[in-house]
Amino acid sequence: MSIAAKFEIEYLQYLDKDGKEVRKDLPAFAKDLDQMVELYKLMVSTRVFDAKSVALQRTGKLGTYASCLGHEAAHVGIGSAMKREDSLAVSYREYGAQLYRGVQPREVYMYWGGDERGNDFAKAPKHDFAWCVPIGTQCLHAAGSALAFKIRNEKRVAVCTIGDGGSSKGDFYGAINVAGAQKLPLVAVIVNNQWAISVPRKIQSGAETLAQKAIAAGLPTIQVDGNDIIAVRKAMEDALDRARNGEGASVIEAVTYRLGDHTTADDARRYRGEDEVKEAWTKDPVPRLRKWLEAKGAWDETKEKAWLAECDDWMDKEVDAYLQTKTQPVEAMFDYLYAELPADLVAQRQQAIDLDRKSHG
Amino acid sequence: MAQITLIEAVTQALAYEMAHDDSVVVLGEDVGVNGGVFRATQGLQEKFGELRVLDTPLDETTIAGLTVGLAVQGMKPVAEAQFEGFIYPMMEQIACHAARLRHRTRGRMTVPAVWRAPWGGGIRAPEHHSEANEHLFTNIPGLRVVLPSSPARAYGLLLAAIRDPDPVMFFEPKRIYRQYKEEVPDDGEALPLDVCFVLRDGTDVTLVTWGAQVKEALEAADALAEEGISAEVIDVATLTPLDFDTIAESVTKTGRCVIVHEAPRTAGFGAEIAARLMEECFYDLLAPVQRVTGYDTHIPLFRLEMKYLPSVERIVDAAKRTLAVS
Repeated sequence: MSIAAKFEIEYLQYLDKDGKEVRKDLPAFAKDLDQMVELYKLMVSTRVFDAKSVALQRTGKLGTYASCLGHEAAHVGIGSAMKREDSLAVSYREYGAQLYRGVQPREVYMYWGGDERGNDFAKAPKHDFAWCVPIGTQCLHAAGSALAFKIRNEKRVAVCTIGDGGSSKGDFYGAINVAGAQKLPLVAVIVNNQWAISVPRKIQSGAETLAQKAIAAGLPTIQVDGNDIIAVRKAMEDALDRARNGEGASVIEAVTYRLGDHTTADDARRYRGEDEVKEAWTKDPVPRLRKWLEAKGAWDETKEKAWLAECDDWMDKEVDAYLQTKTQPVEAMFDYLYAELPADLVAQRQQAIDLDRKSHG
Repeated sequence: MAQITLIEAVTQALAYEMAHDDSVVVLGEDVGVNGGVFRATQGLQEKFGELRVLDTPLDETTIAGLTVGLAVQGMKPVAEAQFEGFIYPMMEQIACHAARLRHRTRGRMTVPAVWRAPWGGGIRAPEHHSEANEHLFTNIPGLRVVLPSSPARAYGLLLAAIRDPDPVMFFEPKRIYRQYKEEVPDDGEALPLDVCFVLRDGTDVTLVTWGAQVKEALEAADALAEEGISAEVIDVATLTPLDFDTIAESVTKTGRCVIVHEAPRTAGFGAEIAARLMEECFYDLLAPVQRVTGYDTHIPLFRLEMKYLPSVERIVDAAKRTLAVS
C-alpha cells in the first residue's frame, strides 16, 4: 500500500504558563517591548471591560452578556495583527480584537443592552461585521469578503473567528473549502475554549486537533497556545502575509479556556468540575504576559495600578455614555428595514407611533 | 429585434448589467462553463471571466454566505439556487443575515444581492425539483420577493432587482421559461419593484395571481369572456413589499376576487391577500374571496403533478362561484 497524503500539525508556543520563554526565536514584534506593553495593556483593559459588563448585567442594566474571560491573548493577538483595511467577522465574544480595531465598550453594552445601534460602529472599520449569533455563519461572510477583495485585486484579508463548537458547522467547512478552491485571502481562527455551552471539546469532534480540519480544505494550518499572545500574533502575521501575497487562506487553532460561564444566563457549575477550572486558571494569559514583561523590566506594580485606574476611568465614561443613551423612537424598527420604507409599511409605522404616543399620554 | 424567451430575457438582463456595472458578479453551481442547467448564464463566463461568473463548490450554504459577504463589501452578487427545492440550506443566510443586516446595523451594512431560483412545477422533473415556496420568503421582513411571468417582465424586474439596494429573491417560473417569445429591447430599462401588473381589464371579477399561473389565469379570462363574464387579471409580480392598492382598486371595482397560486393553500401568500381584502375592502365585496391553489400536500411526482397545479377549469369554476352570489 502506498501513501496518498500525509500531514502533521505544528504546535506553537513561546511563553509557558509562567511567562518563561520556551524558544529563543522570538518574532520581531515581540522584541519591541513598547509594543508588547501596549498589547498587555489592552488585554488588561479587555478584562476590566468584561468584568464591568458582567456587573452591569448582574445589576439589571444589561441583557444577557457573553463574557470573554480567559480569551484575552487570543482575541488581542488576532485583532492586533490585522490592518485596518482588513475585515473582521467575529461571533460574539471577541471583544479584545474588536476594542483594538476601535469598537467602543459603549457599543458592546448597547448591543447586549437591547439596542441595535451597538452594531453601528462609530470608530471601528465600517467593513467589520456585526456580532453574529447564528453559529459559524460568519465564516462564509469572511469568505465572501475575501472573494470581493480578490475580484477587485485589493491587498486586503478577511478574518473570521469561530469557536470549537462552531468548527462543527458546515458553514466553517464551506468557508475554508471554497477559500482553498479559489485561493481566497482568508484567515479562519478557531478559538478553541474547550466548551460550547455545556458540550466539551472531546464530543465536538473525533479529530485530534481542530486545526487539522484545514487539511481537508487544502490549507496551511497550525495549532497555537491561545493563552500566549506571542504565539497567536505570530501565527496571525504569517497567515495574513500569505493571504496578502496571493498565497491563499490559512486556519489557526488557538487553544484557550473559557474561564467564565457561556453567558450570564448560563451556570457552568452544572456541567464542569471545579478542578478543571482551577487548573485552567494556572494558564491565565494575563499574568503570564505580565510576568514576562516584568522579567524584561518593562512593567511593574506601579504601572499596573496606574493602568488599572485608567481602565476604570475609561469604563466609567463608557458606562455613563451607555446609560445616558435614550431608547430609540418606536419607528426605528421600521426605518432601517429597506433603503426606503416601502409604501405598504407606512401605515404600520404610523400605527406603532400612534400607539406609542397614546400609551405615553 | 430578436424575439426571446423568458430564460433568454434573464440571460440578457444579466449580461446587460454585468457589462454596465463591474460590481455585478454571478455565482452558483454550474453557472460557469455549463451556463447553468437551464442555460440562464449561457456565455457569461466567456464574456466576463471565471471570477465574475464563479462556479462554486456544490454547497448551497456556501453560495448563500459568499453572497452576503460579497454584497456587504460592495459587490452586487447574483446567486443561483439551481432549483427552488435546493434553496432550504440558503435560508439561514437569507433570513438571519441578508434580510437583517441593514436593520441590525442601523444601515451601516447592506446586502444588495439577488438570489435567483427556477421555481415551481410542471416540467416533469425529478423529486425536489418542482417546489413553489415563495410564501416562506414573503414572511421575512427586509426582503423583496419577485416572480416574473413574461420575458419582458423578467428582463425589467431582474435589472431592477440587481440595482435595488436590498436583498431580492427572484423566482423564475421554469414551466414558462420557453413557453413563448416576445420582443424585449436590450435597453437596460428596469421595471418598478413595487407595482402589480394589470394584464387584462375587466369588470365582473378580479383574478389575482403570479408566476406560471398567469398563463392559466389569462386562459380562464378568455373562457369566462366566452360566457359573457368580464375578468380582470392582475400579475402580482412583486409579492413583497406588496402593492395592495392595485389589487384593492380592482376588487373595489369588480366586487369579486379569485386568488390563484401554485403553492399549498394554508398560509400561502393568497391567504395574506385575502385577509387584506377582508380588512380593507369588505364593504365592496359582493362575494367571498375564493382561492385556487396547490393542495395542502407535497407536489406529487410528475405523473400527477398537473392534477395538483391550478387548472383553467378550477379557476373558471371559482370565478363562477363568486358570481353565483349577488
